[in-house]
Amino acid sequence: MAHVGRALAAAASPRSPALASMRSLLAPPATAAARPAASASAATAAARSQARAASTITCREALNSAIDEEMEREDKVFVIGEEVAEYNGAYKVTKGLLAKYGGRRVVDTPITEAGFTGLATGSAFAGLRPICEFMTFNFSMQAIDHIVNSAAKTLYMSGGKIKVPIVFRGPNGAAAGVGAQHSQDFSAWYGSVPGLKVISPYDAEDCRGLLKAAVRDDNPVVFLENELMYNQQFEVSDQVMDKDFTLPIGKAKVMLEGSDVTIVTHSKQVGVALQAAAELEEKHEVFAEVINLRSIRPLDTATVCESVKKTSRLVTAEEGWPAFGVGAELCASIFETDAFNYLDAPVQRVTGADVPTPYAENLEKDAFPVQADIVSACLRAVDATLA
Amino acid sequence: MSYPKKVELPLTNYNQINLNKKKLLVLYEDMLLGRNFEDMCAQMYYKGKMFGFVHLYNGQEAVSTGVIKLLDSTDYVCSTYRDHVHALSKGVPSQNVMAELFGKETGCSKGRGGSMHIFSAPHNFLGGFAFIAEGIPIATGAAFQSIYRQQVLKEPAELRVTACFFGDGTTNNGQFFECLNMAVLWKLPIIFVVENNQWAIGMAHHRSSSIPEIHKKAEAFGLPGVEVDGMDVLAVRQVAEKAVKRARQGQGPTLIEALTYRFRGHSLADPDELRSRQEKEAWVARDPIKKLKKYILDNKIADLNELNDIQSAVKIDLQKSVEFAMSSPEPNILELKRYLFADN
Repeated sequence: MAHVGRALAAAASPRSPALASMRSLLAPPATAAARPAASASAATAAARSQARAASTITCREALNSAIDEEMEREDKVFVIGEEVAEYNGAYKVTKGLLAKYGGRRVVDTPITEAGFTGLATGSAFAGLRPICEFMTFNFSMQAIDHIVNSAAKTLYMSGGKIKVPIVFRGPNGAAAGVGAQHSQDFSAWYGSVPGLKVISPYDAEDCRGLLKAAVRDDNPVVFLENELMYNQQFEVSDQVMDKDFTLPIGKAKVMLEGSDVTIVTHSKQVGVALQAAAELEEKHEVFAEVINLRSIRPLDTATVCESVKKTSRLVTAEEGWPAFGVGAELCASIFETDAFNYLDAPVQRVTGADVPTPYAENLEKDAFPVQADIVSACLRAVDATLA
Repeated sequence: MSYPKKVELPLTNYNQINLNKKKLLVLYEDMLLGRNFEDMCAQMYYKGKMFGFVHLYNGQEAVSTGVIKLLDSTDYVCSTYRDHVHALSKGVPSQNVMAELFGKETGCSKGRGGSMHIFSAPHNFLGGFAFIAEGIPIATGAAFQSIYRQQVLKEPAELRVTACFFGDGTTNNGQFFECLNMAVLWKLPIIFVVENNQWAIGMAHHRSSSIPEIHKKAEAFGLPGVEVDGMDVLAVRQVAEKAVKRARQGQGPTLIEALTYRFRGHSLADPDELRSRQEKEAWVARDPIKKLKKYILDNKIADLNELNDIQSAVKIDLQKSVEFAMSSPEPNILELKRYLFADN
C-alpha cells in the first residue's frame, strides 16, 4: 500500500494539475485488492476513471462550455448579470458568449442585485430559463429575498402551477485577501431552504455535469462555484465532454475508497481532503474514504451513511462556519439513522473559524481548514477508538 | 390626525370616452364583484373561515378594473398582498379565489398560497407578493420575457404587456427605482401602476416620501409619468389605454399614479386609528362604483333595473363561491410535501 500512498502524496499539491490524475490511481487491481470491497458508487468511479482521458480542462472552461452548450441546445436559456457580456464575465466564466449569442441572450445588467435577480426570476415564471450570475455569491445577500421567497417558494405556493427553472450561479466560499464581506460560504444558508436545489462542485467533471443538469432542471438551482478553483486543471474523459453529459443532482461521489475513516466534504475542500487522505495513508497507515458531496441539497445522506457503516468514523470538512453548517447537518443525518450504531468514535467537524473572514494573511490562513486540520481530525477519530 | 394636504384629483375629460354599453357594464360588474368579494371576505374572516393577514381592496376598484379590463388574456398581471381583486379582474374565478382564502384544495393555489399569494398560471396572474416591492422585479421579468419571446424566440407578433400594481409606500423602496431604470433601459412592455391610497399602514405618504407626487419620479428615469383620478374608472382606463398601446408597440414602460383610497384599514387586523373620520368621509364620497353608476344612469346608458340585476347576479355568484369554498375538501395531509419540486 505504501507505494500508492506515496504516489498520492506526490501528486497532492493543492494547485497542481497532477491532483486531477488522482482519480486514475484508484483503479489499479493492487489497490482494489488491498482496499475493502468496492461499493457500487466507487466501482462506477473506477470505471469512469478507466475511460480514456480525452483532455485537460480548467473548471472555468468546464463551466463556460456547459453554459455554451446549453444555450445552443435551448433558445430559452440566457445569461444575465453584472459584467457577463462585454467584459466576458468578472471571472471570465461567460467568455465568448456575447460574441456567439448576442446581447439579447447575454445580458449585462446595471448593478442592481435585487432588481436583476427578481427580473430573472420573473422571466422564469413566464417560461424562460435564465442563468443568473452573481459576480460573487456574497452579493446575493442583496437579492436573497428573490432566491428564497420568489424562486424557491413559488411552485409550492402556486399549488404546483408556476415553475421557476432558474440557475443562480457564481463564485462562493473563501477567496484570498478580500476581507470579510467578499469571502464567505453560503452552502448552509441556501442548503436550509425547501424548494431550492444547491450544488457545490469540486472538479471540472462536476462543473460540467452538474451545471448542465442544473440548467435542464425545472426547479431553482443555486450553483456555488469557487473562485480559487476556476484555474484548476483536471483531466476529463470523452464522456465528460459529450454535449449531453450530465450528473445527477443530489448524488455524492466517492472520490477515494478507504476502510478506517470517512471524510465528507465539498467544493475546494475535496482536494484538501484527498491530500489529507494521502498523508494519512503514507504516514499513519490510516485509510480514509473521501466523499465529494457534489450537492448540498438534496444531501446524499445514503452514500454517507453507507460509508460510515463501513469505516465507523466520520470527519466532515467545509469552509463554512460551524454553527448550523453542512457538517452539523451531516452529523444529524448519522445520529438519526442506524448508521449511528456503527460509530466507533465521536464525529469530528473541520470547519471555517467562527469569525468574519479576517484580512491579515496569517489570520485568514488560520480561518479556513488546511490539510493538517483534516489529518488531525481523522487521527483524533481513529485514536478515540483505540483509547 | 388629519391629512394636512388636500389631495386634488386630476380632472377627466369625458368627451373622449367612447365606450359602448356592453363595455361599460363589464366595468361596472367587475368593480361590484371586487367590492362584494371583499365585503364577503370580511364577513368570513370574522366568522373564522379565513385566517392570517387579509388585506381588502375596498375603494380602489377603479384602478384594478380600469387597467386590467383593458388587457388581453395572454397579458400578465403582478400584484401585492392586496391581490384578490386584481385576480378577479384578470378573470380568475371567484370561487377559486374564495376557496384559496379558505385554505381549500380547490383554491387557485390549492390552499398552499393563501390571501397574499394568489397565483393563476392560466390567467398569467403572477402573484401575490407579500413583501413591499417584491413583485416589481418579477413583473419586470415577465416584461423582459415578452421582448425575449419576440426578438429571440420569434414567437408572437404582438408583445404581451405586463401590468404591475403596488402602493405608495413601495415607491420609497429601492426595487421600484431599480426596475424603472431597467424597464426604460430595455424598453420593456410594462405598466407600473401605483395605487396611491395615501397610507402605508399608518405612515402617511407625505411623511415618507421626499417628493410625494410619485408620477414626477418617472422623469428622472425617462419614462412618462401620469397622474390620474383613481376613484374614476373611466379616467383610469383612459390613461391605461395609452400606456398599454405604448407598451404593446414596443415603446416602453409607463408609470401611472392613481390617486385613490382604501375604505378599510390596512388589513383586517388594523385598528385604523390614524386616519381621520373627516378624511375617510371625503374619500368615501368619491366611491368609484357610485360614480360609474351615476355616469351610466345620467347618460341613460342603462336603467336602474339593469344595474340592479348585475348587482344581484354578483351577489349570487359570491354566495355560490362561499358555498363552493365551504364544501370543498381541505388539502390532503399526506400531500404536505407535494409541489416542492417540479418533475422534469
